[in-house]
Amino acid sequence: MTKLRLPRLLNSVSLAALGALLLAGAPGAGTAADAVGEIRIGFLSQTPEPPPSVANPDEPAADDGLAGATLAIADNNTTGKFLKQSFVLDSVEVAPDGDAAAALRELAGRGDRFVIVDAPGSTVEALSKLPEARNLLLLNATAPDDALRSSACAANLVHVAPSRAMLTDALGQYLVKKRWPRWFLVTGRRPEDKLYADAVRRTAKRFGAQIVAEKEWTAESDVNRTAESEIPVFTQAKAYDVLVVADEVGEFGDYLSYRTTDPRPVAGTQGLVPTVWHRTHEQWGAAQLQSRFKAAAKRPMTARDHNDWTAVRVVGEAAARARTADPDRLIAFIQSPDFTMSAFRGAPLSLRPWDGQLRQPVLLAADRSLVSVSPQEGFLHPRTELDSLGYDQPETLCKTRGKTTP
Amino acid sequence: MTAARFTGISLAALIAATLASAASAQTIYVSNEKDNTLSVIDGKTMAVTDTIKVGKRPRGITLSRDGTQLFICASDDHTVQVFDLASKTVVHNLPSGEDPEQFALSPDGKSLIIANEDSNIVTVVDVPTRKVAFQVDVGVEPEGMDVSPDGRWGVNTSETTSMVHWIDMEKRAVVDNTLVGPRPRYAQFTKDGSQLWVSSEIGGTVSVIDTATRQVKKVVDFHIKGVAKDRIQPVGVKLTGDGRYAFVALGPANHVAVVDAKTFEVKDYLLVGRRVWHLALTPDQKMLYTTNGVSGDVSVIDVDSLKVTKTVKVGRYPWGVAVKG
Repeated sequence: MTKLRLPRLLNSVSLAALGALLLAGAPGAGTAADAVGEIRIGFLSQTPEPPPSVANPDEPAADDGLAGATLAIADNNTTGKFLKQSFVLDSVEVAPDGDAAAALRELAGRGDRFVIVDAPGSTVEALSKLPEARNLLLLNATAPDDALRSSACAANLVHVAPSRAMLTDALGQYLVKKRWPRWFLVTGRRPEDKLYADAVRRTAKRFGAQIVAEKEWTAESDVNRTAESEIPVFTQAKAYDVLVVADEVGEFGDYLSYRTTDPRPVAGTQGLVPTVWHRTHEQWGAAQLQSRFKAAAKRPMTARDHNDWTAVRVVGEAAARARTADPDRLIAFIQSPDFTMSAFRGAPLSLRPWDGQLRQPVLLAADRSLVSVSPQEGFLHPRTELDSLGYDQPETLCKTRGKTTP
Repeated sequence: MTAARFTGISLAALIAATLASAASAQTIYVSNEKDNTLSVIDGKTMAVTDTIKVGKRPRGITLSRDGTQLFICASDDHTVQVFDLASKTVVHNLPSGEDPEQFALSPDGKSLIIANEDSNIVTVVDVPTRKVAFQVDVGVEPEGMDVSPDGRWGVNTSETTSMVHWIDMEKRAVVDNTLVGPRPRYAQFTKDGSQLWVSSEIGGTVSVIDTATRQVKKVVDFHIKGVAKDRIQPVGVKLTGDGRYAFVALGPANHVAVVDAKTFEVKDYLLVGRRVWHLALTPDQKMLYTTNGVSGDVSVIDVDSLKVTKTVKVGRYPWGVAVKG
């Protein structure tokens, strides 16, 4: 694996030179790559700086995300050696205010036809629209924005991370199954919190729950010191079953439990959380991935690590199944109904052709225990129960992708 | 006189033999993955007669060829324990490599080939000397193991790589690989060694591979009314010695499929406990035992009538099962 620092100089590389590089790396080189069986995967990460108001007791590791991709490259190569395929990860880290487009051009110039994008939704969208991205397959590893799967969907963009709608549907199914249908929705002040809250409202409508009260958390004070007095006042609401919180960066959500006026559980972005991965998850062989990851990274696997692991494995699994290293054929295969893969969550993962979203089960986890796995029993779907999570084919707002039934 | 005596002796011997087989009947051993114990079931009364503490996270178990010892994969102790059935004690450990999960014993009983799940390796242990004979690299998460009846092939399935790796036991090397459905869990050769049956948990299928060419010749699919396709997750496979049936444990579908081993048609689905994992036939092939992980019990299936006759409660997460005749 090569790790390249993003050179500032790149910005000044002429377009002509880039074009030449791209031509060299694109379809023409496909046959050469096929012969040696080398598959290059780019890894572009950008981590937004957390706001100063957030006191995170669990500082994320410096290699959060990248460690998952690195393990998946090793997994791909273990399989690849039996098929004469080898996988290379080109990793580039973009500063929060850095030039992601330049980084993508750099990766494309290296012949990476697959680029894992571990970055905010705005970066993912901007990258997918670049002319240099037209021949690539961008794998959105972490951005949950439903807009990326609807108005901003693109033929060269697939989504490994579940959308917000899938996450809140996964939670909502469980709450409804528990007969806790009255929700008190508390939303943070950031734009992504509003999007999460929108997804919660949509979920409530779909599964017959009610938002009986709604409040916005706007407090400016240091919540760490004031929570005990502020939250009981803030959470005075009419009768509800569960407090559903939308606080993606974790500004206040962790302070709600045990401080609400009424003794009610907290769920959403904190409390009982829908997620792709949790350190207590061990079913379906997950214990093996957990211990393999821990041995390699010396820490437990996070959801971000898992998303990046899955993204790299999508390419590896396709290469093994389609028995080719030819990027064009792989890109077509990944988006075909023949593509499925295992990701330690029970049901096989596959791609929804109408919006490029990877179908997948979603875990529901508390701090130190796995509570459940959605879809919940009884939420039926004629195709696969996995399609009871998120935007189904008839409701998709994506217009630029084919709508063929998988 | 001589003739009469002879008859008498043979009658006595016959009676003794009958008594012995009835009395010893069968004993069923079940490893309980989350209890670190072995449940012992009396095959006649179908009662648990003993629960014995063994190593950490016991999974695959198999009997020695002479039937006096049980090999136990104690996964979290990173060892294979050799358990003496008469004294009910662990007599020694075998060097298994890291995280042993499943294994298979060679027909001569001398080599144990072990899947080391965490390190992508298969370890072959020489049982008499208790030494590692050799190790070979395989795919990601090696799991299912078997040895061909002629002892030529050791096979291993790797779950994330989704392949069968063919280990030439003489050359001590992987010489071929067969791609099968996602997450292959278990492999078993037919009695004549001409076919290898491999279950794919996430693929939801069983692949029948021709040993001579190492090519998949048939893929068996399963459909149970009222059970979602993605809940059908085949794990354990057992073939009857007469070539009549293949039994396939379907995991969270809570059924065992009965496959006609000649036509590859699924004949029936038998409802058993929750998350059925592994299977064992009695030596006389009359009974089939299943481990049901989530419900923590063992189902007993009568092979002739294809009926589930009994459920026996054991420990938490029963995993492996072996029957002593």
